[in-house]
Amino acid sequence: MIPELGHFALILAMVLAASQAVFGIVGAARGDLRWQAAVRPAAAGQFVLISVAIGALLHAFVNFDFSVVYVASNSNSALPTFYRVAALWGAHEGSLLLWVWILAGWTLAVALASRNLPVTFASRVLGVLGLVSFAFLLFTLATSNPFERIFPAPADGRDLNPVLQDPALAIHPPLLYMGYVGLSVAFAFACAAMLEGKLDQVWARWTRPWTTMAWAFLSVGIALGSWWAYYELGWGGYWFWDPVENASFMPWLVGTALIHSLAATDKRGLFKSWTLLLAILGFSLSLLGTFLVRSGVLTSVHSFAADPTRGLFILAFLIVIIGGALTLYAWRAPLLKSPAGFEPTAREAFLLYNNILLVCAAAMVLVGTLAPLIADAMGQPPLSVGAPFYDALFPILMLPLMALVAIGIHAAWKRGQLGQSRLRILGGFAAAAVAGLVLVYAGYGPGKWMTPLGVVLGVWIIVSSLFDPIDRLRRRLTLPRGVVGMTLAHVGLGLAVIAVATVESYTVERDAALAPGETLVLGRYAYRFDDIQRIEGPNYEAERATITVLRDGIPTAVLTPERRFYWVQRQTLTEAGIANRWNKDLFAALSSQLGEGRWSVRAQMRPLINYIWLGAGLMALGGILAASDRRYRVRAAATAPDPATQAGAEPA
Amino acid sequence: MTPRQQRMTMVAAIVAGVSIAAWLGMLAFKENVMFFFNPTEVAAGKAPEGQRFRIGGMVANGSVQKTAGTLDIQFLVTDFKHTVPVTYSGILPDLFREGQGVVAHGRMQGATFVADEILAKHDEKYMPPEVSDALKDNPPPPDVTPPPSSTGT
Repeated sequence: MIPELGHFALILAMVLAASQAVFGIVGAARGDLRWQAAVRPAAAGQFVLISVAIGALLHAFVNFDFSVVYVASNSNSALPTFYRVAALWGAHEGSLLLWVWILAGWTLAVALASRNLPVTFASRVLGVLGLVSFAFLLFTLATSNPFERIFPAPADGRDLNPVLQDPALAIHPPLLYMGYVGLSVAFAFACAAMLEGKLDQVWARWTRPWTTMAWAFLSVGIALGSWWAYYELGWGGYWFWDPVENASFMPWLVGTALIHSLAATDKRGLFKSWTLLLAILGFSLSLLGTFLVRSGVLTSVHSFAADPTRGLFILAFLIVIIGGALTLYAWRAPLLKSPAGFEPTAREAFLLYNNILLVCAAAMVLVGTLAPLIADAMGQPPLSVGAPFYDALFPILMLPLMALVAIGIHAAWKRGQLGQSRLRILGGFAAAAVAGLVLVYAGYGPGKWMTPLGVVLGVWIIVSSLFDPIDRLRRRLTLPRGVVGMTLAHVGLGLAVIAVATVESYTVERDAALAPGETLVLGRYAYRFDDIQRIEGPNYEAERATITVLRDGIPTAVLTPERRFYWVQRQTLTEAGIANRWNKDLFAALSSQLGEGRWSVRAQMRPLINYIWLGAGLMALGGILAASDRRYRVRAAATAPDPATQAGAEPA
Repeated sequence: MTPRQQRMTMVAAIVAGVSIAAWLGMLAFKENVMFFFNPTEVAAGKAPEGQRFRIGGMVANGSVQKTAGTLDIQFLVTDFKHTVPVTYSGILPDLFREGQGVVAHGRMQGATFVADEILAKHDEKYMPPEVSDALKDNPPPPDVTPPPSSTGT
């Protein structure tokens, strides 16, 4: 009964989404206020109905209702409650439901927060969101109904994929989807502006906090995924340039470009059509990511079972939505003029360079990700593009960007006036160069050529971004959240760059066949394989090794890597043993028994790796702070913007 | 410089930068792209000598030989027409077993494929698209008898 209720609620939600789209877009075009008045209730109703659907599926999961196919395929009576909840988005159907629910949540938030916006504009934004929601609900109901029943019901479920039975992975998809779907809000704002044929600085001010929030969620989601891959999947790697990782990284790169381009549109009325294009691109790449994950066209660790119908549907959806938006863009963008000029060292110019490099990086990732598909379509022999391609190209684009960030932070709007900041730029660079080179050569010794460069640039970014807030504090000026957020995000970026540069050069790794009592030497560290025991978990049994790590002969950590065997799915999984130190991770993973009492063991020592995720976390925190800045909550429509007086004094 | 000249300089710089990036991109792409071959193609000598590539197929039943107490392993990859011996030293993915699809990265040394990476797939039902394509003409037989090869690939 309850699953049918959920199914029914989902159908009603689709009807409401359709009416939200029609009343919003057509109502605004006809100038019919009564039609437009129906948009917000439709959005609210849709959220309630999809929540009912989510609740129904949760109910089925928590109460072991194995007559629902999706529950039977992704749950089991031995599965702990926490993972029964997380199993809701553990596979295709449920994660789509989560997707539409989050979209409904964002829509509701926009509906509530847009009361100060002009009526027709708000209706158009909500109308476009309704259209997107309708398409996704149609997709869910037509191809991937999570409430489908099975008769007779199986006695027990087939269990959640063991790889997903992990706390970080339980919250990774919701956060990532918050980011993916959040980009649809920027997309809707862009479409509404094009429908209006008008885009001014006020528009940018409305759009900025939404985009920044979505970007922050996307950052956390990606970082969590990377962290999970590190300790669960990857035998110690943190980024694999896997197609599905790339699918989340491309929208992030374009989203980063978008929040910076929006800053220029907001403050100076510049880059209007470019900003629109980025908003469309960002959401398109989110959809493309969905297509890649769902259709199974690419070889990936994330691929859900391949289903051509689903892939085709999303491809069609991609063409309609993106083609429509781009047509609208081609028609309306020439109307938009960006009047003001600027000098090549002005802040606007640096934001432009930032955008070019970020979009190039996204294009590079896109080429690498789609190359196998394109080769296949052209009848070429199957090929794959692996990490070496990205490892060679990505730094070439990113290292100059890092230098530009460190310099651009000092540039003023309109006229760069970098001369005035000459001391700060050169002083900052000198300090960074000394600190970075000392860290690299005294701390670690020679590595790849990129490492000292990356570390120096990372330190330089941190030093550069601290000047302005310290200056404000000394002059007893206010410190708006926008400035604090921007500073935090840039410090986070610097930390992440330093960490990646260090990890790439100074990771020590060895695989060995060890018997109890034997030792594996890794620089100053020795991994002593003490013993191995059998243990039993709720739905698995495991072998757990005890490995003592000795530093210069003195025990410093005990690692307990496990090799788990999940009964129901008959799958073996490796659970790494990791000890965090402030400046490194000691990592051990246990693999199969090799005979003669030996086990294969991978031992690693990765310096500073946690700072990659710490940096990403700071970026996200900075984004959330910046999005909550007071200036976005002021009744934007009431006052005309005054860029001239704000120029240079405000954060980007 | 007049504003116009400045703009043109900027445009020129951007065009130059993007061209260099594109050129480097092409170079990196050509060097780092890896092709996929099935055992039949390898047996026909289509695989490049001394270059890294990927091989995919099934791990032949009864072919896995481990040297006890070490990380060394040998097995045969088959598409039921031809087989290629593979050697590897290192940690195997959890789902590696006989009768399952496998993709390995490495080079040919003589008639043996020396793998430096065996791909980990974390789903038993999952078959890499290349492997299922490689096996499409020859669905895995219920027994180990290879079917008569009818058409060349």
